[in-house]
Amino acid sequence: MTSDLVIDVAELRKSFGARKVVDGLTLQVAKGEVCGFLGANGSGKTTTIRMLCGLLVPDAGRGTCLGLDIMRDAHLIRRRVGYMTQKFSYYEDLTVRENLDFVARVYEMPDRAAAIDSIMARMALSDRADQLAGQLSGGWKQRVALAACVLHRPELLLLDEPTAGVDAKARREFWDLIHDMAGEGLTVLVSTHYMDEAERCARIVYLSTGRIVVQGTAEEIVQQSRLITFSGEGEGLDEAARQLRRMPGVEAAAVFGHTVHIAGLDRAALEGAMHALDAGAFVWREAEPTLEDVFIHMLSTAEQAR
Amino acid sequence: MGFSFRRLFALLLKEWIQVRRDPMTLRLIIAMPLMQLLLFGYAINANPKHLPAGLLSAENSKYERSIIAGLKNTGYYDIRTIASEAEAEAGLARGTLLFVINIPPGFDRAVDRGERPSILIDADATDPSAVGYATGALAGLSNVLDRDLPPDLQSKPDLPPFRFIIHSRYNPEQLTVLNIVPGLICIVLMMSTLLLTTLAITRERERGTMENLLAMPVRPIEVMLAKIIPYIVIGYIQVLLILAISTLLFQMPIRGSILLLAGALGLFIGSNLALGITISTIASNQMQATQMAQFTLMPFLMLSGFMFPFQGMPVWARWIGEVLPTTHAIRIVRGMLLKGNGFHEIVPELWPIGLFMLGSVVLAVYFYRETLD
Repeated sequence: MTSDLVIDVAELRKSFGARKVVDGLTLQVAKGEVCGFLGANGSGKTTTIRMLCGLLVPDAGRGTCLGLDIMRDAHLIRRRVGYMTQKFSYYEDLTVRENLDFVARVYEMPDRAAAIDSIMARMALSDRADQLAGQLSGGWKQRVALAACVLHRPELLLLDEPTAGVDAKARREFWDLIHDMAGEGLTVLVSTHYMDEAERCARIVYLSTGRIVVQGTAEEIVQQSRLITFSGEGEGLDEAARQLRRMPGVEAAAVFGHTVHIAGLDRAALEGAMHALDAGAFVWREAEPTLEDVFIHMLSTAEQAR
Repeated sequence: MGFSFRRLFALLLKEWIQVRRDPMTLRLIIAMPLMQLLLFGYAINANPKHLPAGLLSAENSKYERSIIAGLKNTGYYDIRTIASEAEAEAGLARGTLLFVINIPPGFDRAVDRGERPSILIDADATDPSAVGYATGALAGLSNVLDRDLPPDLQSKPDLPPFRFIIHSRYNPEQLTVLNIVPGLICIVLMMSTLLLTTLAITRERERGTMENLLAMPVRPIEVMLAKIIPYIVIGYIQVLLILAISTLLFQMPIRGSILLLAGALGLFIGSNLALGITISTIASNQMQATQMAQFTLMPFLMLSGFMFPFQGMPVWARWIGEVLPTTHAIRIVRGMLLKGNGFHEIVPELWPIGLFMLGSVVLAVYFYRETLD
């Protein structure tokens, strides 16, 4: 193969009825990269992932996935991709081992038992091998799903909000596993709503209304946004936040513990707002914008643009 | 990517585990045919006309022509001449003839001599309601020769110039239960097996497991077969139960080969399951699938010859009936249980079932979407 790109697609388009869900999306993901897919609900993340693994046929566009044509070779792509759906989509009336065995048989794997034992050991599922999948909690189900979709040793893993509704510890462990596998050369495209997860991605791609708005590392995205943030300490935080939200130039104001956080693009307007609130009652200092600030900023500008 | 037996086996194993894990459905599968068979213990009567009748006669004599004309005028008989005993037997066994009218040689002479000869009518009594009216009409024909006869030979109330002797074949006591039960076997089998697969694909869709299945390298035909095959096993459990009840409670005879009957019913079950799968691929949710199945069941009940004698239906309805596997299955089961029919006689009923099954599977594969579009 001439290129190191596992995903290389251009101008993907998909509409459902009159609604353009994916509207000219161009994306490249290199081998071994963990790429985070972010964006509001309905921004086209799931649709894009489904097009990449052949579950949806793009209306238009071109490109390759694992060097195979996405329009023509969907069948071949399916064999080499692991896809984890947003909702648990293995069989709840089968045990963990039966589910994994089913997957192994469908992919016609040689040496099934060894492969299943090793993946269960890796995901710490061995103790639950004979439990019905439907009786597991959310975190364990995600683990079963991850085990099932990497069982056939795919070269590309597509994860659609894999950790939605899972507790922090389980999420952390889940991501440790993903980085483990990426270290072994697996390419991962993962959609998420969690900022801490986004920060663990080598690269972030931010989608809005079916288009990529911004992409890069977390730092690059924060810098590119040119967002300015201040945090202030004082009394009556909730009331202050309410007033600040109404002032010109303040795009967002939110209370975090014992500080109030404001963000905007116009430094002068922000300073004016801080003064107008109640000079002296608050102690303000400029803060480094977080990824969350940036995304909320992008979300609200996208809404205004609509 | 071609068909793979290994993948089919993977899917089969999964389906089989799921069937076993669902005790409620299993119980229903056992209980439903029992209930239905015991409940539907009634007969529906009708008055079909134009029944196919064969004429076995050595001569084309004057009195004979008058009698045949008289039979035709009742409206119950569509008479055609047949060449031999053997053809008559075969026609009765296959159901292409419901009557064989046997006029003995020298009939005219015997009438003229006042010997009051007999005309033997073999009637297929597997469906007593179908032939009952037709045989009843024979009583009115005793004076059909009066115009041709000299006055002293004309019919008198207790001395008709000739007699009909009716020979009820296959079901000499004309027990309606012997007609109802073979039909019921097919109807009960059809209702229970059709519903089994009707929900198969929609269930995967509603539980969200379809998305995953589609993302895996499985072929539509593999998915279909995996969903059909486990239920053939269950269908056979039903067949055994139904046959056991029929012989023990309703004293049904089984005159044909049980193995052949099982084979034929296996094909019938397969055709129902295939139809169920087709419904399942077309319907978008389980509710819709159930409704479609119920809608489908109606014509199968009405037009298969179960409720109303097949010969009593208008031609267009008979054509629809001929397409339905249930119609042919009922003929097979009636023929095998009551007439002792063998493979040769049921072949004309087997291939339409096979064709229907093939058509259903092709349609199901055609409608099966390999993407979420």
